[in-house]
Amino acid sequence: MGKTLAEKIVSTHTETPAIAGESVITKVDYVFTHDASGPLVVNQLKELGSDKVFDPKRVIVFIDHAVPSPRRENSNDQKLLKIWADSLGINFHGPGTGICHQVLVERYASPNTLIVGTDSHSVMAGALASFATGMGATDVAVSMSLGKTWIRVPETLRFVLNGTLPSGVYAKDVILYIIGLLGGDGATYKAMEFSGSVVDKMEMHERLTLSNMVVEAGAKVGLIASDSNTRRYLETRGREESFLEIQPDSDAHYENTFEITATDLSPMVSFPHSVDNVRRIEEIGEVTINEVFVGSCTNARLEDLQIVASILNGRQIDSNVRLIVTPASGETYATAVKDGTISTLLDAGAVVTPSGCGACFGALGGIPADNEAIFTTTNRNFVGRTGNPSASTYLGSPATAAATALRGMISDPREVV
Amino acid sequence: MSGRAWKFGDGISTDNIAPGRYFHLRSNLPELSKHCLEDARQDFASDVTAGDFVVAGKNFGLGSSREHAPIIIKMRGIRAIIAKSFARIFFRNCINIGLPAVILDTDEIKDGDRLEIDLSGGKVIDHSIKKDMKFPPLPVEMTSILKEGGLIPFVKKYGDLRF
Repeated sequence: MGKTLAEKIVSTHTETPAIAGESVITKVDYVFTHDASGPLVVNQLKELGSDKVFDPKRVIVFIDHAVPSPRRENSNDQKLLKIWADSLGINFHGPGTGICHQVLVERYASPNTLIVGTDSHSVMAGALASFATGMGATDVAVSMSLGKTWIRVPETLRFVLNGTLPSGVYAKDVILYIIGLLGGDGATYKAMEFSGSVVDKMEMHERLTLSNMVVEAGAKVGLIASDSNTRRYLETRGREESFLEIQPDSDAHYENTFEITATDLSPMVSFPHSVDNVRRIEEIGEVTINEVFVGSCTNARLEDLQIVASILNGRQIDSNVRLIVTPASGETYATAVKDGTISTLLDAGAVVTPSGCGACFGALGGIPADNEAIFTTTNRNFVGRTGNPSASTYLGSPATAAATALRGMISDPREVV
Repeated sequence: MSGRAWKFGDGISTDNIAPGRYFHLRSNLPELSKHCLEDARQDFASDVTAGDFVVAGKNFGLGSSREHAPIIIKMRGIRAIIAKSFARIFFRNCINIGLPAVILDTDEIKDGDRLEIDLSGGKVIDHSIKKDMKFPPLPVEMTSILKEGGLIPFVKKYGDLRF
């Protein structure tokens, strides 16, 4: 029988056949951590008695969460990681380089690699046909030491997206729609695989948004076959030699196939306090918003910032709204400065912060006041996620965020362009 | 030896368990553990005693991969987490740190019930309603890891990942 993308990629990393449902020991190509879990990884390696890693070139440390450090505790954690990484010759990306997942796809991930990281959104690299998944600090410490891990090869849910995305509807709306369909645990332990004419046409920045959020349905990986768009993305990154075409077999076994007609979709909004609480924008009524945050690994790439800037161009945000923009990587930030995107955002009234996870995880970068409502382009809206347990968080696309910033209430981007 | 059931609902996230606003305490786990599950239940961290149980609904531990979440639950003395289902990363993290995570229909267990767990026998005993509840065994990899008290002691003992 043929193989799914997940089975194909894992198979090339194991000595035993990788069949859905079987547990295997697999080699890893890259292992990474960041300042949120890195100190715990270092501690677990010490507990293990391991004073080296399997291959320093394949281990990466990112400082992306507390950037720039708001507290001495965070500074001490970051200092510890820098000293540790340097002592072992490990790749180290300091504050400002960007969010781990974004820098990973810019510089490391490629088709048919297997990557584990101490962050649930590690699944994002699946858009480049990389079996990339999040694990905890102990699993990652063991992977760093041994160069391998164990996994249960996942069954695959296939999503075939056909039709045409209407104007004002983006990959973010598609993935929110799918999460609403599956529920927050509808893909637990499974792989999600995206295909169809809509995905074929999507550029990498949109595909990354699809894969990024599969974990919000509980999935282990979110995979997209590599094609000419993948090749072009790697070429623009100067990494064309790492391209490999990888497709699922035509007779692969899927646990379920969902056919979605993109033409029928609308801008989608995830309501508090769970990601799967998704509504079409036509059905939400009036929701006043105090802060709009454009950031995170999900939706703060150059193209996302450009969409926001194109909507805000020459206009002012609502006087009752704060707009905070946090570019996904240092490179994104620099390019957005050069092409005028950042000055457009500043002229419209935005606060632009250094690149990092920013306000997404609740420790810095735009924490809402008590009982405020915040609209974000991020991936989670759980109670307390944005740093204030009495705040309410809504999720949507960068275009919806821009329209919302203009009007001070959640707004349909098709009404403001 | 029995412990108290601390009952939670569906969809308890790692943000509920280890809130992001205490991010600066991640390298100070005893202090972080004082805020354990604070956004789901204010009285938990202060009133829990060693040997108690966390009992929950569906998809316990969804969200972030932060292993600090199961670690601080264990640090508060929790004997095991019993839930209808778990999020994938959280489930692995529990086993990796030697904290039993048991999948069971928890509807009948009430907050405050006196519970006992028989891990090898695969059952939870609810003394308050006088009922034994069977749970399925963990996969062989997880049973082996849990038997050694977690993944670090397992790898130290066997020098490799071999199950």
